[in-house]
Formats: sequence, C-alpha cells, structure tokens
Amino acid sequence: MLSFDHVFKRYADAGDTLSDLSFHLDKGEMAFLTGHSGAGKSTLLKLVAIIERCTRGQILVDGQNICRMHDRQVPFLRRKLGLIFQDYKLLFDRTVFDNIALPLIVAGVGRHEVARRVRAALDKVGLLGKENKYPLALSGGEQQRIGIARAVVNKPALILADEPTGNLDPQLSAEIMRLFEQFKQVGVTVLVATHDIELVTKLDHRVLQLDHGTLIKHPL
Amino acid sequence: MKSVRKSPIETPRQVGQHKRKSTGWLSINLLLHREALGTSFRRLLLTPFTSAMAIIVMAIALSLAGSFYVLVNNAQQLVDNLQTGKQFSLFLHEYISDKQAAKLAQRLQDYEGVANVVLISKQQALAEFQQYSGFGAALNALESNPLPAVIQVFPTQEISEAYQLTKLLEQAKNEQEVDFAQIDMDWVVRLQTMMQIANQLVMLISGLLAVAVVFITGNTIRLELQTRRDEVVVEKLVGATNIFICLPFLYSGFWFGFIAGCCAWCIISLMLFMLSSPITHLSMLYQSQFQLHFMNFTESMSLIVGASMLGVLGALAIVSHQIRLLKPE
Repeated sequence: MLSFDHVFKRYADAGDTLSDLSFHLDKGEMAFLTGHSGAGKSTLLKLVAIIERCTRGQILVDGQNICRMHDRQVPFLRRKLGLIFQDYKLLFDRTVFDNIALPLIVAGVGRHEVARRVRAALDKVGLLGKENKYPLALSGGEQQRIGIARAVVNKPALILADEPTGNLDPQLSAEIMRLFEQFKQVGVTVLVATHDIELVTKLDHRVLQLDHGTLIKHPL
Repeated sequence: MKSVRKSPIETPRQVGQHKRKSTGWLSINLLLHREALGTSFRRLLLTPFTSAMAIIVMAIALSLAGSFYVLVNNAQQLVDNLQTGKQFSLFLHEYISDKQAAKLAQRLQDYEGVANVVLISKQQALAEFQQYSGFGAALNALESNPLPAVIQVFPTQEISEAYQLTKLLEQAKNEQEVDFAQIDMDWVVRLQTMMQIANQLVMLISGLLAVAVVFITGNTIRLELQTRRDEVVVEKLVGATNIFICLPFLYSGFWFGFIAGCCAWCIISLMLFMLSSPITHLSMLYQSQFQLHFMNFTESMSLIVGASMLGVLGALAIVSHQIRLLKPE
C-alpha cells in the first residue's frame, strides 16, 4: 500500500532531514512512526501527502509513484488519503456536518450521498447527533474525532495521522487508537506518528523509529 | 473522479464509489458552479460593508464611463441632425453668362457625390436681394447687376465625412467659371472633428476606468482570499482541485461586477432623467426637437455584461496567481 525506496529529503538550509528511508506497509497494516522531536516524522508524512516533495528516491502509494506526480494530480492522490493533524485543522465557522462533508463536496459527491456518508462517519466516531454543533462547542477529544471522521468519510485506503493524541489525555488517546484499530480491521492502512512511547508499547503494532532522519533497524 | 480505487475491501465502499462514478463529469461541474455561485453570494452578504464599499466605488467608475459615452452619443446625434443641411455654394465670375452658368450646373450635376445643384442666376439673385435686403432702391440706382450667379451644391448621403466634402469642394472650385467657393456649414465640419476627438476621449477614459474596476475587484478578492486562508489550506489538504478553490472567488468577482454594473446603470439613468427636462427646455428655446436619448437595451446589456466580465477578470488576475502560493504549512 505504501512503500519508501531509498527516499531522501533535503532542505536547502537544514541539510538532510530524511536520508535513505526504505520500508513497506501492506494493505490493512497499522504502524507507529516514532522518534524524538525533529527526527523527521512530520516530514515523512508530508512527503506521502505531497505537502513536501522528496529530493531523491521513490514513494509508492497504491502502486503509484508519487514523487514525479504532476501538481494537477495531487488533489486526486489526497482524496485517497485520510489526513489527521495534531491541531485538528477544523473550520470553526462551519458546523460539524459541513466540516466532515468537505472531502465529499470537494470530490463532487451528490448531496444525498454526502448526508448519508457524513452520518455514517459520525456514527463510527461516536458523535452522531452533533452534526449541527460548531467545533468550538466541543471538547478537544471530540474535535479530534471530528478530524478523524473527516479523514475517513471518503473511505481512504491509507490514513496518516500526525500526533493525533498530542493534545489529549491518556484515556482519550486510547479511545482514538481503538478507532484506528477498527479502521485497520476493515483493511485500511494506518500510519500514526507519535512520540507517546507508553501508548506505542501498550499496543502491539509495528514500529518505525526515526533517529535524525534515518530508520533504526531494531526499534524499542 | 480519479479517487476510484480498484480493490476496496468493504462492500459499502464499492457501492458508494459506483454511485459517484455514475454522477458524470458534466453534472459534477454544474453542481460545482451552482455551489460556487451560491457560496460566493452568501460570502458577499457576510461582509456587507466591505462589499458595499467596493461595489459603490466600482459603480461610480462605471457610471462615469457610461455617462460620458451617453452624453457624447447624444451630442453626436445632435451634430448628425445639423449635418442634413450640409452644402456649399459656388460663386461664379461676374462675366459668366447665365447660359454658361447653366452649362456648369449641368456638369456639376454629373459629379460623383452630388445629389442636387440649384442655380441662382444673376437676375434671381438680384430679385432675392432686393426683396430681402431692403436695399432695393439703392440697387435700382446701379446701371448693371453687381451680383454674381451662384450654384448651390447638395452632396449625397455618402458624403458624410469632412474630408470627402472638402475633396468635392476642391474639385468644383477647379472649374474655371468659379470665382470662389464657400462651405456654408464650415462649423459643422469642425464640430464633427471635435466629436471624433470626444469619442476617442470617451474610449480612453472608459479604458482607464475599466482598468480601475479590474484592480478594485482584484484588491477586494485578495482581501477575501487572505481572510479565507485557513479554509483554502484545509480544502487543499482534503483534495480540492485549484478550480474548486478558485471558483467561488471568481464568482465573487462576477457578483461585484454584476451588481456594480446594475448600480451604474441606475446612476446613469438617474443622471439622464435629471438632465432631460432642462435639456428639452433648452432645445425648445432653439426651436429644436432634440431630446436626450437614454441607453438602449444593447447598451444597457453591454454595460452590465462588461462590468461582470471585468469583475471576473479582476478576480482571475489575483486568484490564479495567489492560489499557487497558498500551500499547506
């Protein structure tokens, strides 16, 4: 589903942020991406969503090499991904419904279908009935679950989460992880970047550990 | 619709995608445009004060250009009316007999561009002069008729430009019987030249004001784009194409132009309405039937459609450039 083949990312001012990364994630596999601050976790996720472009190497998403993808095709790649952020990136002047519907509206899905799928996504994250609330009226945990609902409403094949539990307490974090495990069960590939080692060790999933931009052979 | 995947695991996904596939490219685009049209109008109403300020400035600029055009157009019609009396007179040498004069008149009649000639013989001239000038008694005292024969030349409708009239005049003047020629409506020709200048001035001013309208829209859209930065970034992250993001802004530009065009039309009509009664009064004083012409349907439509297009153009100029600069992170 996702594979990195000798991938480098170099910034003009900071040198190599990622160097010689190679790994492969199968369909329906869930993995944690760990490492100290500045190890390159966020950069790696950005490369997959083409928020940044890799300097060298090859990244395959669903068998498609995305490194040489034309700018015009980037939106269509992003529709296959579910992106989840530490700061949720919700639009506060729109209702919960409109926030979650955005990926569908953007893809040109009909109104009827949108309503159906938004409710399905809300149901999945346990927030059914809050469609008409505004994000600011909800707690941090609920806001993150809205972010997750938005990420999965398009039925993505690959979910990328960047510190999804960074602002949440351990109990809420565990709930969020359980959600990810449910997605994994139905065949979605999930990659979660986190520095919460405790959480990672509690759950039995593959771990990719970054150290100064390189993968450590035998993590933890 | 490239988001369709080949091997989804759960069945509901397949069902959903099949539905999306069948929606079709055209209907998706129509939906996109309809959404954008509505969204942009709601955004306009969200910031009524900012929108109104931009629209008023645009409307004033447009109404300036429009009213110049209408006024010059009216003046042109006035001048055209005057030109129906366009003609010139050829004064013949004193020694030319009436017979020779009649021959010349015959020749002139065959000129290209001459509709009609009227010969006023020496006797006729004298009779007219005696009748109208009040010098009858004094003329009787003269031994011979001092007045020359005159041929009045009326050009055809095709001779509408000043240079054509002058050319015809020069040609007639070269006839050896002619002593001197006089364009009776010299000032009309000058006026017409002035009208040409005025017309060109209107074009230039309209062009400048159109540029102003483009920039005003562009600036307003730029501000809107800045306040919606977060929204644009999130839309990009969930897979919005640039077209999807740009459309509401382009429609905003359209609304600005369209509403400003309508306002300008109202302003021009109001101005003309206020001017029409004093102008009718003035033309009555000159025994003229002249009446102020309002904008006709085509002109009104050109104003509104043109304004809308300028609005879109202004939005396009800003959005096409800025949208690429707005990137996630």
